[in-house]
Amino acid sequence: MSAAVAALRRAGETKRVAVGYGFWIFLLSDIVMFSCFFASYAVLVHATAGGQQARQLFDLDRVALETACLLVSSFTCGLASIASGRRSAVLFHVSMAATLLLGVTFLSLEVTEFMSMVARIAGPTHSAFLSALFALVGCHGVHVSIGLLWLMTMMAQVYAKGFRDDVSRRILCFTLFWHALDIVWVALFTVVYLIGVAP
Amino acid sequence: MPPVDRFWGKLSWAAIPLDSPFPLIASAAVALILVGVLAWVVLKGHFPYLWREWITSVDHKRVGVMYVVLALVMLLRGFIDAAMMRAQQVMALNGPGYLPPQHYDQIFSSHGTIMIFFVAMPFVIGLMNFVVPLQIGARDVAFPTLNSVSFWLTATGALLVNISLFVGEFARTGWIVYPPLSELAYSPGVGVDYYLWSLQISGVGTLLTGVNFVTTILKGRAPGMDLRRMPMFCWTALASNLLIIAAFPVLTATLAMLILDRYLGFHFFTNEAGGNVMMFMNLIWAWGHPEVYILILPAFGIYSEVIATFSSRALFGYRSMVAATMGICVLAFTVWLHHFFTMGGGGNVNAVFGILSTVIAVPTGVKVFNWLFTIYGGRVRYNVPILWSIGFMVTFLIGGMTGVLLALPPVDFLVHNSLFLVAHFHNVIIGGVVFGLFAGYTYWFPKAFGFRLHEGLGKAAFWFWTLGFYLAFMPLYVLGFLGMTRRMQQYDVPAWQPWLIAAAVGAGLIAIGTGFLVAQLIYSIRHRDALRDVSGDPWDGRTLEWSTSSPPPSYNFAVLPEVSCLDAYWVEKQQSGNNSDMHPLPGYAAVVVPRSTATGIICAFFATLMGFSLIWHIWWLTGLGGVGAFATFVVFAWRDQVEDEIPAEEVGRMDGLDRVARGRASGRGRPS
Repeated sequence: MSAAVAALRRAGETKRVAVGYGFWIFLLSDIVMFSCFFASYAVLVHATAGGQQARQLFDLDRVALETACLLVSSFTCGLASIASGRRSAVLFHVSMAATLLLGVTFLSLEVTEFMSMVARIAGPTHSAFLSALFALVGCHGVHVSIGLLWLMTMMAQVYAKGFRDDVSRRILCFTLFWHALDIVWVALFTVVYLIGVAP
Repeated sequence: MPPVDRFWGKLSWAAIPLDSPFPLIASAAVALILVGVLAWVVLKGHFPYLWREWITSVDHKRVGVMYVVLALVMLLRGFIDAAMMRAQQVMALNGPGYLPPQHYDQIFSSHGTIMIFFVAMPFVIGLMNFVVPLQIGARDVAFPTLNSVSFWLTATGALLVNISLFVGEFARTGWIVYPPLSELAYSPGVGVDYYLWSLQISGVGTLLTGVNFVTTILKGRAPGMDLRRMPMFCWTALASNLLIIAAFPVLTATLAMLILDRYLGFHFFTNEAGGNVMMFMNLIWAWGHPEVYILILPAFGIYSEVIATFSSRALFGYRSMVAATMGICVLAFTVWLHHFFTMGGGGNVNAVFGILSTVIAVPTGVKVFNWLFTIYGGRVRYNVPILWSIGFMVTFLIGGMTGVLLALPPVDFLVHNSLFLVAHFHNVIIGGVVFGLFAGYTYWFPKAFGFRLHEGLGKAAFWFWTLGFYLAFMPLYVLGFLGMTRRMQQYDVPAWQPWLIAAAVGAGLIAIGTGFLVAQLIYSIRHRDALRDVSGDPWDGRTLEWSTSSPPPSYNFAVLPEVSCLDAYWVEKQQSGNNSDMHPLPGYAAVVVPRSTATGIICAFFATLMGFSLIWHIWWLTGLGGVGAFATFVVFAWRDQVEDEIPAEEVGRMDGLDRVARGRASGRGRPS
């Protein structure tokens, strides 16, 4: 291997490290933002203004299904990152499509939950508690939606450009993002739903 | 309120303030200047150059200079607001003055917003942009295109604030829009929306800057530069960017909650349905207090560089300086409640935050002693940058001491929201941040452009600013004790007026000082040949940025430096006689530089559309802006050629020219 090729390879590795590192820092800041919504939820959880409380609102079966969707999608997303490492386009597209499907299922479950709450006069405008609830869960939902847009963009890009260096770096960032959303959901599931229905 | 049109949203001809002369004249003047500059640029044929070399540039030095230009322009705007307020308070004894309340309220709100978000922040970030990669011996920041996007998003925020002058209104709620006043029920106009969206958009830019610089500093340093060898300014930049990463998401979340309240009828901070107003105070200051340190820490870094350089001596107590910086970085998050001791949190809560607030003065004291000891043992050259630094030490000390007073809850209860507070924070922000930025601006100007700023005009600016500062703000301490609260459009206490007149005269002196700064820039550009510096090292500097040419090539260093100690360049100079034979002729290698791209400005264009349409409820345009921004990223991601290679021969040729020039310069003897 010539010196020039070695230098180029080294530069590529440095870039991959820097991109991964930078994206981790971005994720940490994103988690700080989520923590503000968590904090506001904790402050406002009893500010129901005479309206409905957490215990009357949640349907744990649906939440269990949502959680299952998201956790399995993390697994398929992991498969996609393995596929990207092996430069296997077929495995990549299949596992990304599975992730997409699970993500869309999750989102539609969440939207039906929101709609049923609004129908039961428990929309976000009815009390500070409901405002905080919709904002916290909705913030995660918005992140998932952006993630799905990103996911489809990555599928298109791998289809068009193959596993170029910059494309694989973006796949790395996407998978980090998707796993981070899973972690946030675990916290959300605990703080909002489990504690919410606890007697 | 006008009806909401399906196409135009809330926007109608009523939005143009035809009935009030001041904003109309002001916006006409701004528009004239803008159109004039644009016309001049286009007619003179400069536009292709500007587009190619600056607007689409992703070079950290160019981006840094553009940040500073934005800050200086906005400084003039923010200063005009300040002058109008001072004039109003001189005139408004027992009468309405010349500004009606709804105007005066917009002016104090926009003054604060502009000075913090669009003067201090871009100035600090601009200097970090220019200096940090040079000081750590890197070719650029970690993510150059992201850096350009950050800048243009900041510019978008500034643009939206200025549009509010002509189309609609600005917030009348003060610079951090406390609810419930800022809720839809009490501020039904678009003023608060202008504030919210311009800050959300520029906040994204700031956050990305934080990500970029932490990665750059922690992952991009030259070989051999471990953290213990990193220049002080880079340490403070690291601390500042860590604070950005941890604090700006809090601002984003808080403003998002207020947006949800205003746009979708949520109840985070409303008076009814269980909303909690004090939660806003807690959240906004959980960002707001660290923000103070985001601004002041890099200024501390600048003083450290300037004082060491002009004392020709290593910084005293480098390690304690680093410890103090990182200590402040952590403590910054533990004092937010001192902004509202009067909330009624109780004696114990106030005691904890009072003690922590006084504790944070300790590391700052360590720093002041370190600077003093550096000067004490050094041979001081009294150039403009160190004048600002010495002016800072005296002024900041006073501001720090009034800060310790305010940190004591019993005292705070007496002077809360009085002009004593206004005097205090101007004392630390002007005497601390602004003086530091001017020191850094003068210090690094020759590195950026290859010629120095005129010394005499700089000294005149320094003296007028300093004396003007004391005359403008010391009376406000007295007024605070006399019971005058902040943000008063009129008053009926005759004893206040003489102090307000003194303050207005002080503002006049600052205006003269600002005039000298402008004159200095113009004079220096016109006489740049006489002020030329070919040595690349006009101040006998200590750190790596002085080891390359002025202005540096796009790739900064012909050969990446190897660092083996603190003050690497200084030690190297001591060990060899002069510049020309310092390095043996190195083996040059090709350098890869990132390609220029218009992604930043196109992204900002769509962000402007989105911000404007969200403010005016023009939903279709919001959608269009969103699609446009996404498309911009996709186009960027689809590029095949992302970098250019500069061949080794070209690098060698450029470096050779620089060596010859430096050899001649050092033959003449090193200028002091």
